[in-house]
Amino acid sequence: MNNTLTSSKIVEPTIFDLSSPGRNGVSFPDPDVPRAKLPESLLRADLPLPELAEVDVVRHYMRLSKFNYSVDDGFYPLGSCTMKYNPKINEDTCRLPGYMFTHPLQPIETVQGNLALMFTLQEWLKEISGFEAVTLQPAAGAHGEFTGVLIMRAYHKSRGDDKRVKMLIPDSAHGTNPASAGMTGLTIVQIPSDERGNIDLKALKEQCDDTIFGLMMTNPNTLGMFDEHVEEVIQIVHDCGGLVYGDGANLNALLGIIRPGDIGFDLMHFNLHKTFAVPHGGGGPGSGPVGVAAHLADFLPAPLVGVLEEGDDETPPLFGFVTPRKSIGRMKAFHGHFGGGHVRAFTYIAMHGPDGLKDISQYAVLNANYLLARLRNTYHVPYDRICMHEFVAEGRFDGSDVRALDIAKRLMDYKFHPPTNYFPLIVHEALMIEPTETENKDTLDAFADALIKIADEAKTQPDLLHNAPSTTQFGRMDEVKAARELVLCCWLPEDYAEKI
Amino acid sequence: MNTPANLKYAKSDEWFDPASGAMGITDYAQSQLSDIVFVEILVEVGDMLEVGKAIASVESVKASAEIYSPVSGKVTAVNSGLSDKPETLNSDPFNAGWMIKVEGGKAGDVMDAAAYEKYCAERTH
Repeated sequence: MNNTLTSSKIVEPTIFDLSSPGRNGVSFPDPDVPRAKLPESLLRADLPLPELAEVDVVRHYMRLSKFNYSVDDGFYPLGSCTMKYNPKINEDTCRLPGYMFTHPLQPIETVQGNLALMFTLQEWLKEISGFEAVTLQPAAGAHGEFTGVLIMRAYHKSRGDDKRVKMLIPDSAHGTNPASAGMTGLTIVQIPSDERGNIDLKALKEQCDDTIFGLMMTNPNTLGMFDEHVEEVIQIVHDCGGLVYGDGANLNALLGIIRPGDIGFDLMHFNLHKTFAVPHGGGGPGSGPVGVAAHLADFLPAPLVGVLEEGDDETPPLFGFVTPRKSIGRMKAFHGHFGGGHVRAFTYIAMHGPDGLKDISQYAVLNANYLLARLRNTYHVPYDRICMHEFVAEGRFDGSDVRALDIAKRLMDYKFHPPTNYFPLIVHEALMIEPTETENKDTLDAFADALIKIADEAKTQPDLLHNAPSTTQFGRMDEVKAARELVLCCWLPEDYAEKI
Repeated sequence: MNTPANLKYAKSDEWFDPASGAMGITDYAQSQLSDIVFVEILVEVGDMLEVGKAIASVESVKASAEIYSPVSGKVTAVNSGLSDKPETLNSDPFNAGWMIKVEGGKAGDVMDAAAYEKYCAERTH
């Protein structure tokens, strides 16, 4: 087995391991002011920072970057993560000096352009989602969920309705939903799916009573299915006094087609780092704005960006900060992820316009259905109907010991990022595939061909899969050892063999 | 799949031994979870259990799961060694892998071995 740390391949040392005393990458000019003497109490004898020349630093990180795989390298069908291509124009706009060189504590008169962008983004997200008001503060999706749950709590509390302690969460919801609700002390009640991948209405009705705080619903859900009874689900929860939270992670299927606010959702978070092409993952930062219906608008976090003085033909409006009447308070220092999140998402929405956004969702759904059609005779698809932007297949075959993990690893040999696997939990050996709208037919075909070939290899040469990947920098990682024996330190390269 | 005949089984894949008061997760559950890498028992000796209360949290390389009590009763023993050897749940779920013991245990909605085997077979397809 090609074990990482004992392999004969050279592991890139850490930046500290590469350090050598006396090397440095900068030389400071002589100061043009007298040297000040620092107080003795603030001085230290050693400062263990790595010492390297600039070229060594650049080469180190360049080597590390080549270990990586990103959406700029190739297809990245990671289900429910919407790893779409991130247009490079977003990188230009978020580096415009007016956005980059401002400080969040500057007087509002000096940052009107930034505030105008945030205000417009709030307005656009309202129009896209059908909600009454939007906060841009939350740092990412799960933070948006937590913000949403706090808003729901403030609403119930404002009505003196304090016996609501149960949050209903379907088994096809995103995994962060129970965590976000649990963090506020709520009891989580799981609702099963029916055989078509919808929320089981009977099970839902059985749970609904005056202790229901609300329902957190991902629609389309993690099976890639649009709930066929979504309006009835919302009605049932509303009828018992609960609120319905929408997890907007899968909004990429709905742009310009359905507005969650119109069909009764009370609130929802957006993932700007999924739907609106802000880089997702290490490149982030994420951004998870929350939109709410009119009856929740007073509880939004403060501050929001608002118009302080209306403009006219001659004078632009004065933008500034406003605090909703019963605000839950601040959810984040300053104003959310402005440059990395808001500016990029603004650029992306402006670039596409309403028709372009609708195209995005239609192509995302078309691409997913094309892959589903090409793969459904090779891989068992347990909930097999027209999917939305993603679908879930089973990574197993009758009479074979090949598992979803083996298939995922083998895909790396074909130079594809594996799909999400082992989620959602309601599908055995789940492979959750989301192609996004940015891939062309050639790429989709190459991916489908690879999966079909892998299914054949699973029958004829299963060891190819069990031992995969064999063409990558490192072979199969020992996930069990890594999880059971936590080693949180680093050693010099020559010590690896001895320590492991 | 191993399903000892003397035990009772819950739909959420826990077993309960009416004779000793011990409980844990089934062979089916450990095989679905695959390699278990973390176990935390969430109750202490003396705690009163209700049916459905979370007694442990288990993580594998694939998933994390809450383990629910199939019975009510008072906790009399906790298998504290499991946290150091989570793999015991994979190798010996019905013996060394016991999680807690209760006295006065009243079972909730549980099945016998034959019914549980049938229930598991239905779910693998």
